[in-house]
Amino acid sequence: MIIVIGLSFLTYLLMYISPGDPALKKLNAQGITVSEETLAEARHDMGLDKPFLVRYGQWLAGALHGDLGNSYKDGLPVAQKLVHALRYTLILSSASLALALIVAVPLAVLTAVRKNGVFDYIVRFLSFIGNSMPNFLISVLLMYFLCVKLKLLPVIADESVRGLILPCLALSIPICAQFIRQFRAEILEQLGREYVAGAVSRGVKPSVILFKNVLHNAAIPILTIIALSVGTLLGGSVVVETIFRWQGLGKLVMDAITARDYPVIQGFVIFTSCVYVLINLLTDLCYRRLDPRIEEV
Amino acid sequence: MKNTSPLAPRRKSRTALTVFLVLAAALVIISILAPFIAPNDPNATSAANINAAPDGDYPLGTDRYGRCVFSRVLMGAQTSIFSAVILVAATFVVGTALGMIAGWYGGRIDSIIMRLADIMLAFPQMVLAIAVAGILGGGMVNAMLSMGISGWTLYARLARAQVISLKKEAFISAARLSGCSGPKIMLKYLLPCMLGALIVNAATRLGTMMIGIAGLSFLGIGVTEPHAEWGSMINQSRAYMQLAPWATLAPAGATVLTVMIFNCLGDALRDYLDVEAVK
Repeated sequence: MIIVIGLSFLTYLLMYISPGDPALKKLNAQGITVSEETLAEARHDMGLDKPFLVRYGQWLAGALHGDLGNSYKDGLPVAQKLVHALRYTLILSSASLALALIVAVPLAVLTAVRKNGVFDYIVRFLSFIGNSMPNFLISVLLMYFLCVKLKLLPVIADESVRGLILPCLALSIPICAQFIRQFRAEILEQLGREYVAGAVSRGVKPSVILFKNVLHNAAIPILTIIALSVGTLLGGSVVVETIFRWQGLGKLVMDAITARDYPVIQGFVIFTSCVYVLINLLTDLCYRRLDPRIEEV
Repeated sequence: MKNTSPLAPRRKSRTALTVFLVLAAALVIISILAPFIAPNDPNATSAANINAAPDGDYPLGTDRYGRCVFSRVLMGAQTSIFSAVILVAATFVVGTALGMIAGWYGGRIDSIIMRLADIMLAFPQMVLAIAVAGILGGGMVNAMLSMGISGWTLYARLARAQVISLKKEAFISAARLSGCSGPKIMLKYLLPCMLGALIVNAATRLGTMMIGIAGLSFLGIGVTEPHAEWGSMINQSRAYMQLAPWATLAPAGATVLTVMIFNCLGDALRDYLDVEAVK
């Protein structure tokens, strides 16, 4: 909580010192001819003539009641816009995360078990390339080859499943590549432990050891990796949503940045940090379910 | 056949390190020499050669303003590599210094610095960077600032943890008894002990930072035109991809190649120094 408030203060401060007059921007966005009087009036209406701390205090008090102010651009409440966009981002991110997991887990297990085999080298090489590709690059390349060259899919994502394919692929490829590398390392680390050697010498079937013991023990580090990837997902979705014009949070914030729509940027910052903190909290709760040795704090 | 010599793995990792060091050095040299090797002026427009295919004069063709793509990719190397190196170096120095101070003095200074780091970490780095760069407006310095605002926390946490564990060692007590001041102990005795782990982490971050800055530029809130930068070049030329795919594919290839080399360098350095990198 303290962290979220501290962050909101920092963002507010940044906006305060940033160049550009929001009142002027607002009037311009609404197509009103700007004169000194209208400008002064707009500043007063928006509370821009009050001291910084008073404005921050008012904003924070509102935020605690779920009121994040109104957008400069269209006057709609920021909270409403965010919740609307969140739906799209959730669909996109969960689909990407699911895809990445479906691909990464079996591949990680296979490459870890057959370490240094041909398959291992191929997968490691591919995941290394995937790791070095920014997702905007993957988006552009996917667009070029699948939409322009092969004409398989629409360039602009509509709400259909077909529209979801490209942004989902673009978002999941780098994460998937990272997952394969990290999961493989975790499974290998578990396979090297003494309990595995012990179970093997006692004649336990390798498949039982792998699925019952090793994967269970690797679950906690793997869960941590997944939780950490949510940050990458949220950051990546800004880029991917902008490219494919997917109406999620990322697209919303990029539009807000272009229009200097401060309340929306600020709302996005708070909103995302809350989501992120919440996910970390959920991860902690999951740890306790997975490992009874972790005590209640 | 299994290698039993204890020196063997070390030698292997040294070869890898040498190879990638040479490759990375080559990239740096190319980027320094970019203004001299570039066949054409990277910013010169030519109405006669808009979206021209690669030929003798323009090895990688031209973009929508008739600018030489090859020259722009070369100049972009300078922007990308130097901004990433400066960014990593700056966050490294600031983060390490703050982390050491927090670990050494403890108490209130420690909690202020570490709470600040927690606040920065409560945020996905790219999201924070996009918000900050968006608010500050475009420009290379602003893009670097927005990436650096959370970048220093990694080194701060690492340095603090190391200082706290080293503080109890006998040689530090000895230094303190012989009248060394705090800052002197930190610089002379503590820093050398932890430099390896910190440098490995810095090296593994180079690729990430490069991707980050390119991403911001791609979104139009990092390095902006007419300055040559790979991310913004890809963004500017992607609308013309059917007409002039080279204008997009050349900076794209350059980005992937450079990030891969720097990622490999980081991994090789980690294996060579045998230090665990923080993910």
